[in-house]
Amino acid sequence: MRITDLLQETQLALSANKARSGLTMLGIVIGIASVIAMVSLGQGAQGTIQSSIEGLGSNLLTVMPGFLQPGRGFVSAGRGSAQSLKNEDSEVLRALPGVAHVSPELNRRLQIVAPTGNNTNSTVIGATPEYLAVRNATLAAGSFFTESQLRSLGRVAVLGPTVAADLFAERDPVGQIIRLNRINFKVIGVLRSKGGSGFFNPDDTVFVPLSTMQKIVAGSEYLSSLAVSVEQKELMASVQEAATAALIAKHRVDPAAPDFSIVSQADIIGTLTQVTDTFTMFLASLAGISLLVGGIGIMNMMLTTVTERTREIGLRRAIGARARDIERQFLLEAVALTFLGGVIGISLGWGIAAGVARFANIATSVSLASIALGSGVSAGIGIIFGFYPARRASRLNPIEALRYE
Amino acid sequence: MIECRNVAKIYRSGEEETYAVKNITFTIRDGEFVAIMGPSGSGKSTLMNLLGCLDTPSAGQYLLNGADISALDDNELSGIRMRQIGFVFQSFNLLPRASVLRNVTLPLIYAGIKRQEREQRAAEALTAAALPEKFWSYRPHQLSGGMMQRVAIARALVNNPALILADEPTGNLDTKTGAAVLATFQKLHTEQQRTIILITHEPYVGEHAERIIRLRDGEIIDDRPNNQRRIL
Repeated sequence: MRITDLLQETQLALSANKARSGLTMLGIVIGIASVIAMVSLGQGAQGTIQSSIEGLGSNLLTVMPGFLQPGRGFVSAGRGSAQSLKNEDSEVLRALPGVAHVSPELNRRLQIVAPTGNNTNSTVIGATPEYLAVRNATLAAGSFFTESQLRSLGRVAVLGPTVAADLFAERDPVGQIIRLNRINFKVIGVLRSKGGSGFFNPDDTVFVPLSTMQKIVAGSEYLSSLAVSVEQKELMASVQEAATAALIAKHRVDPAAPDFSIVSQADIIGTLTQVTDTFTMFLASLAGISLLVGGIGIMNMMLTTVTERTREIGLRRAIGARARDIERQFLLEAVALTFLGGVIGISLGWGIAAGVARFANIATSVSLASIALGSGVSAGIGIIFGFYPARRASRLNPIEALRYE
Repeated sequence: MIECRNVAKIYRSGEEETYAVKNITFTIRDGEFVAIMGPSGSGKSTLMNLLGCLDTPSAGQYLLNGADISALDDNELSGIRMRQIGFVFQSFNLLPRASVLRNVTLPLIYAGIKRQEREQRAAEALTAAALPEKFWSYRPHQLSGGMMQRVAIARALVNNPALILADEPTGNLDTKTGAAVLATFQKLHTEQQRTIILITHEPYVGEHAERIIRLRDGEIIDDRPNNQRRIL
């Protein structure tokens, strides 16, 4: 039997009962569509998290005070509670080969008051001009503070876009005076928005010179963190190692329990990727169950079809069809249904993903891999669930099949 | 040529063995028109299944054009049916969703013959079965019973078989259309020298053949030329 004839037989058989074929196919359509949509949701979330973390600075190492116990997260470590990082540490790190920039930072949560009467509670970061380079930040208006303003304890501030909007709404904040801890600061610039990442919103911040922060606002000579940007991605591991060794030597602490910890961006992304992978797997397996139900629907319909067409099978055997021909014909009917359902399901899933991205503003991403997987799985379901009915059809005794009422 | 030598078919149910047919020995030459007759339960159907290569004998030999089919497996039997046998059934057994033309080409599809040649041979077979061309694109349910049976006859002819087996071909038809179908068989016999075996329990139908084999309880009780043959 020629392939084209086999396909034509399949088409004739499926179009003979359009409603039934369509409804059975719907099961597969829904299954595949939900798998594609769910996976795209998971992959989209992963992409968003990754890009927003990378948006905080590329090739970034963060040195934090206190020791992170392996296997425990930030929470149990009491992040920032230890006071062990000082300004000299940034000089030590800057001297290491492979280090591009070092940004020492001291954070406090403070009330900020504007002359408009608006006030907000936000993170105030004492930083150096290198902050911009390390954290991939750019200015939307005005300028960042300079080295000389840093040296002279300048009372100038740069606002994150969220704070700027909270305090000044539509008005231009540059040139205005704000009050932090009852001290006046002149706003000299506003940063461009980076978008929130869910854990920490880099837009909801105010920047002041580190020296001003340490000596006037916070009254502390310590640092909350040191951000180190590395020249190349390949150097991340070696720089992390060298920085650990250098700081241990500088602090004269036990190498087994240092008074600081260094987290690379890759570690954070790795942890979060694990979380989103689990999330994606969970969603995909829920969708997979509906695919399984669709497959059972296919099997049910094919078994009914085989019973209904028993005489036809007998006739085909009588005029020369081999058992193999009958098996192929029924298997192809099942595969055609699931494959077609798969193709429609992929488009529908893609549409759902696009709709979610458009209207719910959640990032989604349909990858080529999930499309290939979807079509492969749907054809595979046809083979798996079509096999038993096809086998049954091919094993019918032609004499009994011809006599079947 | 068809030759049966002591053919028997035994059905076993538990310990008990029943002979559906036994001691069947006869020869049918090419171009003969034979009726196999007998009441129900006489083994007609079993014999037809054996002659049509749908089944193999439990004992004895069945030679179709000199080839012993007794030892063939399921695949080989399918091949024999595809090339050498044409079936006509009481209930027509046409595919309802396919056109008349496609129904007739169906055996050639399994033979792997290309579409163009298929349709040409189907057209010849439909002409031989006396079905006017305007019905060829119809669906079977749009045709009368007599016409449906002619489509089935055309389907049986299309692979140019050595043997046409007709199982009660007039059983679902009224007398007049039945007669027309029988006339078609006679025409195929005289004009195309087809070998035809007609299986029936009706004496009137059997009388259209040139030789009658009578069965009772699985055995041949009579095998002789038909002297009072009806010619339509």
